Order: sequence, then structure tokens, then C-alpha cells
Amino acid sequence: MTATPIIEGRDLHTYYGASHILRGVDFTVSRGEAVALMGRNGMGKSTLLKSLLGLVRPQRGEVRAGGENVTAQPTHRIARRGIAYVPEGRGIFPNLSVRENLVMAARSGARGQREWTLDRVLASFPRLADRIGHAGDALSGGEQQMLTIGRALMTNPDLLILDEATEGLAPLMAREIWAIIVAIRASGIATVVVDRNHAAVTALADRAVILVKGQVVFSGTATELRAKPELLHTHLGV
Amino acid sequence: MRLRASRVALLVAAVAVIAFPFTDSAFYTELLAKAMILAIFALSLDLLVGYTGLVSFGHAAYFGIGAYATVLLAPKYDPASLWLVLPGAVVAAGLAALVIGLFVLRTRGIYFIMVTLAFAQMVFYVFHDTGLGGGSDGIYLNFKPSAAIGSLQPFDLGEARQQCWFVAALLFLTWWFLARLLESPFGRAIVGIRSNEQRMRALGFATVRYKLAAFAIAGALAGLAGSLYAILFGFVTPELLSWHQSGNVLLMVILGGIGSLAGSVGGAFAFVAMQEVFSGWTKHWQLLMGGVIVAAVLFLPGGLAALPGRVRRAFGAGGG
Repeated sequence: MTATPIIEGRDLHTYYGASHILRGVDFTVSRGEAVALMGRNGMGKSTLLKSLLGLVRPQRGEVRAGGENVTAQPTHRIARRGIAYVPEGRGIFPNLSVRENLVMAARSGARGQREWTLDRVLASFPRLADRIGHAGDALSGGEQQMLTIGRALMTNPDLLILDEATEGLAPLMAREIWAIIVAIRASGIATVVVDRNHAAVTALADRAVILVKGQVVFSGTATELRAKPELLHTHLGV
Repeated sequence: MRLRASRVALLVAAVAVIAFPFTDSAFYTELLAKAMILAIFALSLDLLVGYTGLVSFGHAAYFGIGAYATVLLAPKYDPASLWLVLPGAVVAAGLAALVIGLFVLRTRGIYFIMVTLAFAQMVFYVFHDTGLGGGSDGIYLNFKPSAAIGSLQPFDLGEARQQCWFVAALLFLTWWFLARLLESPFGRAIVGIRSNEQRMRALGFATVRYKLAAFAIAGALAGLAGSLYAILFGFVTPELLSWHQSGNVLLMVILGGIGSLAGSVGGAFAFVAMQEVFSGWTKHWQLLMGGVIVAAVLFLPGGLAALPGRVRRAFGAGGG
């Protein structure tokens, strides 16, 4: 294992039209690490994730994956370096069955690892196994979210990025998803988690990063963050 | 149960198509062949519109290129070999689609529609205004291509019945090929692209390459239809690549039901049948046709392909 981060953004500036969303953000995820990305609505969390993946192009700054500059590379190339992104909103393919949704994404990881197979994903998500032949749009919201996470795992990623994975889910379902995220983290896959449930996120994460108006106002270990409740109060309103 | 019903329907249709030429009506045998050729054309467009989510408004270009290639590849005073001109036409149309696709796939949405139309118009004017294919007068295919392989003559396209069956076989092959393609990983990928291209890229799919491949395959199959059309009628004009033709095939797909292979075939048959019936009634047949299409869009979203499900629901077939 080298110390090279899986993904790294340096001094990222991203605009939507004339609005300057990211104002010089530095963000790093190392192998096996769990990072909580926090901040109120509209502070640039999703934009940061999309900028890292090349889904939006930063005007300034650099994105590096595995130590290599990927700033100008197309999204699919960045994804193939072992970065799986579960966007906010349910990302299933409604016309395909649960099995097809999973199988279509299957590939070995950037380092050739094949730890996640259809069987393992189905074992981790028994609810999906029960509905294997159903069309994606016949699933409940929570099941759809499980399907997107399961599909991301089928790519055998080194890093799993979860943007608001439990948003709008019933508490019971949200708890199941959290249990899965914890299990994924324990399996050694690095994770970036964005979620409103700050207690759950900080309990899971090694490190936390707080964004306010497109700038990093806090970056440190989860322990440090827990020691400064005033930070959470000022920047997140909790 | 549903699967069995659709299988039976397919079998009945196949038997009807094989038996029909025995009625000895040369006109209707030719009309049936024409409908089947247009069905291949509609199937090729549905791969783009219905499955990949690319609404091409210039698909007639590839049909026309296939038709012209068939005539231009054939010697003037001898019958051409079918095994040369047919694959030649498919390759020519596929290559044209590959090259044009490189440009048009940079655009999306309404711009994609307009740019596909613009390229089709360019191809139209190449054939219309240059001597390449006889200009606006069109060009004749003087002899039906020969199916001979060495001294073996498996069938004779000069014979109306055999020609009709040959077209039927190719329609079946096209349908089967597309059904298999859509079940393959490639097929799932293009369906994924239709529902959300960004998501597919985030999953690591080079979406442009998939779209380009779909565009080229659709072009090649349209070329197959165009080639068969040239062989059937022995005459090719620039009208085959006009934007009316692109519009007609889009209507067949819509009428039949976007994203349904059986629907595309049904849409093409319905289109040809309506054209035939309405033009027998009045010279303003296009008005009637337009009315039917408006009604179909309003009252039958999902097209003819949605009809069996609707009927079943209307008669309350108990239980799912």
C-alpha cells in the first residue's frame, strides 16, 4: 500500500454559469479511509463530488486519481480507476430488472480484484435477492437505494462515494442502509459519505470535512470534530 | 401465459407470411414484401429511438445509401451477385452511419434531431444534384441480383414468391438479431444510456462509443432494408433519402410503439396497409393518415404494442 491518495482535488474552482460554487477546495481520500463530507444545502458538497468525477469540469485546480492527473479525463475513465459514485436521488435503470441492473455494472476492480460478485451482493442485500426478477421501478425507495449501492459494489471499487444515500427513507430502511455502509467500510473499501444524519456519519467516519459556501472550514479527524460541538452548531445548525 | 399468447401470434403471423404468396396475387405479394422491408427499416430506427434514446430524423439517408449502393455496385448489363451487393450495401450504409455518427453524437436532444436531418439532407443533395446516381431522375437496377453460388442456384429473386420469402427470412433474422443484441451486455448498456447517460458514465461506461456502435448498427440495418427495396422495385430515386421518408419511418415506430420490436414491425405493416386502403378511397389519403396518427398518439400512447395489454385489462382478465 502506498500513501498515494485514491482521489485528490487541489484548489478546485467550479462554476455553474456565473455562480462560483467551489472556491478553492482541497479534498483527499486515502485508501481504506472513511470521510464524512458535511455542510448545509447549497454549500457545494455535490458539486465537489461531481468535480472529482469529471461530471462537471472545474475551471481551475487539479484532480488526481492514484497520483495521476485526471482533470481533463472523461468520467468513465475516472470511474474505471476504481471510483464508484452513487448520486443523490435514486440512480436505478427503471427498464431493467434488478439482476440486469447489477450484472450490467459487473467488472473487476482497478487492481484486478473480484471480491464483489452477484452472489455476494445478493447475500449482502437479501431484499434484492427476493426481488431479483422485478423491474427497477417496481422497487420501493429503500430497495432502489440498495440496488444503486449494490450496483456500485459490482464494479469492485476502491472508493465508494455515497451522496445522500438515506435521504427520504423511512427510519427502519435508513438503518438498514447504514448497517450496509458500515459493513462496506469494514471490508476495506474507502468511502465518502454525505448525509444529513450527522451523528451516524461522524460515528462512521475517520475524517470529516465541512464545506461552507464552497470553502473548506474544517478538515480533521472525527474525534476532533466531536470535541468541537460549536463547529457543528455554527456550520450545520445542529 | 402472456408469453405463450405472443408466441402463438408470432407463429400465426409467420405462417400467414409464408402462405400468402400462394394466393398468386402478384400485387399483394409485392406489397407484403414492401411492408416487410419497411419493417426492417423501422426495426433499425427503433434501436436508436426506442432503446438508445436517440431520435434520428435522418434515418432515410442510410436506407437510401443502401439502395444506391446496391444499384451502383451492380454491373450495368449483367445480373449482380446478391452475395456481393447485399453485404456491400449494408457495409456502405453502416460506414456512412459510423462517420456521420462521429459528428452528430456530439449533440443531444433537439440539436441531435436537427443535425441528423441536416446530414440526411446533404446526402439527399449529393444524389439529387450530382451525376453519381442519375441525379433527380434516379437510376435503374436492370437485372435482379443472382443468388447463385458457383453453379448452385438456391433461390431465384426473379420469382415473386421466392423474393417475398427471402425478404421474410431477412426480416426474421433482423428481428432475432436485435432481440439477442438487446439481451446482451451491450443492449443493457444502451438501455441504461437512454434512461441516464451521466449515470452510465459514472459507472465507467464510455457512453459515446456505445451510442456510436448503436448508430452504425442501425445505419447498416437501414442499408439492408434499402438494398432490398432497390432489388424489389429495381428503381432508386433521391426520394428514398428525403426527409419525408425519415418522417415516415419515425411514424411507423411511433404508431407501433417506441421501444418494442414487435411494435415496429406492426407499425410498418399498419402504415403500409393504411396507405393502401386510404389511397384507394380518396386522393387526400394523407389527411386520413394524419388523423389516424394523431388519434393513435392521443388515445394509444405506447402504440400498437400496448394494445394487447389494454384489451386484456379492458376485459378484466382476472389476476395478474
